[in-house]
Amino acid sequence: MANDFPRSTGSVGVVAPLSARFDTPLTLKSGAVLPGFELMYETYGTLNGARSNAVLVCPALSGHHHAAGVHADAPDNTGWWDNLIGPGKPLDTSKFFVVSINNLGGCHGSTGPVSANPDTGRPWGADFPVVTVEDWMAAQALLADRLGVDSWAAIIGGSLGGMQAMAWAIHLPARVRHAIVVASAPKLTAQNIAFNEVARQAIITDPDFHGGHFYEHGTLPRRGLRLARMLGHITYQSDDLMAEKFGRRLREGGRKFSFEVEFEVESYLRYQGDKFAASFDANTYLLATRALDYFDPAGDAGGDLAAAFAPVTADFLLVSFSTDWRFAPARSREIVDALMRNRRNVSYAEIESSAGHDSFLLDDPHYHAVLRAYFDNITV
Amino acid sequence: MSTLDIRIDHDVIASWVAEGARVLDLGCGDGELLRYLKDKRGASGYGVEIDVERVIAGMKNGVNVLQIDLEEGLYDFEDQSFDLVIISNALQTLHRTEKLLCEMLRVGREAVVSFPNFAYWKHRVAIMDGHMPVSDRLPFQWYDTPNVRFFTVADFEALCDKLGISVRERLVLDDAGKPVTEEHNFLGSFALYRLG
Repeated sequence: MANDFPRSTGSVGVVAPLSARFDTPLTLKSGAVLPGFELMYETYGTLNGARSNAVLVCPALSGHHHAAGVHADAPDNTGWWDNLIGPGKPLDTSKFFVVSINNLGGCHGSTGPVSANPDTGRPWGADFPVVTVEDWMAAQALLADRLGVDSWAAIIGGSLGGMQAMAWAIHLPARVRHAIVVASAPKLTAQNIAFNEVARQAIITDPDFHGGHFYEHGTLPRRGLRLARMLGHITYQSDDLMAEKFGRRLREGGRKFSFEVEFEVESYLRYQGDKFAASFDANTYLLATRALDYFDPAGDAGGDLAAAFAPVTADFLLVSFSTDWRFAPARSREIVDALMRNRRNVSYAEIESSAGHDSFLLDDPHYHAVLRAYFDNITV
Repeated sequence: MSTLDIRIDHDVIASWVAEGARVLDLGCGDGELLRYLKDKRGASGYGVEIDVERVIAGMKNGVNVLQIDLEEGLYDFEDQSFDLVIISNALQTLHRTEKLLCEMLRVGREAVVSFPNFAYWKHRVAIMDGHMPVSDRLPFQWYDTPNVRFFTVADFEALCDKLGISVRERLVLDDAGKPVTEEHNFLGSFALYRLG
């Protein structure tokens, strides 16, 4: 049966990243003020005359604006959510105008720790202010204004991206008609914050981190970032999936009675860690994990999630994955519950998947059929 | 159930739903009933379904569907938060019958239950012949049936009595979908109850 669901390989093709410059100061939740900033984004599809078909894609921890298609100068660098976005795909670019963004504090062209601090002319580094999910939302709203989007047909995000969709629905209810929150949570648990803290400590205690000003020292805290990513990777997968993918298989030569790479899983983790450390900014990683830690709409409403969701008018779709232990199905159910208490329209799917938290990036047929069914019913 | 049975079931339930009611449909399948109640009675609410392909069908139907296992009970739902909690042709597929019935009336001011009557005379004949009944209302072989509870009109009423649940309305139908006026437990193959 699962194979009966329509699939599409339609691609948005070659896309070009865009940037928007904002010269009005942005006051952040911390009280810090960014004098101005730049946001990188991409768009797929066409904004209709009524400007009613815009969908915002919010990135997760390591995500950025390049969500679909390829760049002319990098034909192999397919966008991170390309399996979802494209003509005939669940988020169909022949119907919707899709906007994908690199958030404030990011390291893919938007203003962040690698950008020059206007006060010093040197990279912000660790001096870049701590940004929250709500700050991201505020910056995204300025981009929406610039694009002429008063109200998003939908905002979709997985994990940390789902938190951005929730923030919009709570704080800018008139500007979002549907929120699609995948593999997310209304706030992190202590265990989840603990994983983030280990990742941060790996980075901060790397001697090459230099208190976050490593750019000036011509170094990169590769070891720290690598460890942070290795840890993250373990938590984004399930025990079952790792058993299936690697088991206890040894690389060639069997046991060497050493601490070299012997098990396949070690090789995989080191590869993922190295790849990430070469392409991602350590300060951005710190900022993004902190944004995750701080997100807590219920905490901002006296501990009552339903009260926090009271301003919401958007319809919601929640999706979770059975083996996701980092953002477990029960956490999505808390959101469903808060929405029901406010008598909002909400649908919820709990997808059987062995791939853990990473499932939200994959194209499980049921998962994508759920998204397709939901998007198809959105009137524009 | 046949298309006719489904239509009768939905029509009877719709007649018990007040205009604009807030309903919870347990085991909502492809969401047809909810869609019907939304269109016909302006009802709002949610369907609960365990099977992902039916969840997808429900979403295609444009109704709110929640993929939740009813064997867990209804702990997500607040006391008296619905006008009506419906379980149409699905109670017999769940193990925790007593708990669910109580939960339905905790969450809803009223409940509607419809189910096939195992004591229907043709079913009795099948048993007399030495076989488990297979009929329009029980269209499964014993080895592939989703049903896990086998009960009759008389059994169901006895359970309601035991649980202190009062029957507000009852409609028992024969094979042709005509209301049965006597010997319900013998002549009826399908029963609908409005409880409260």
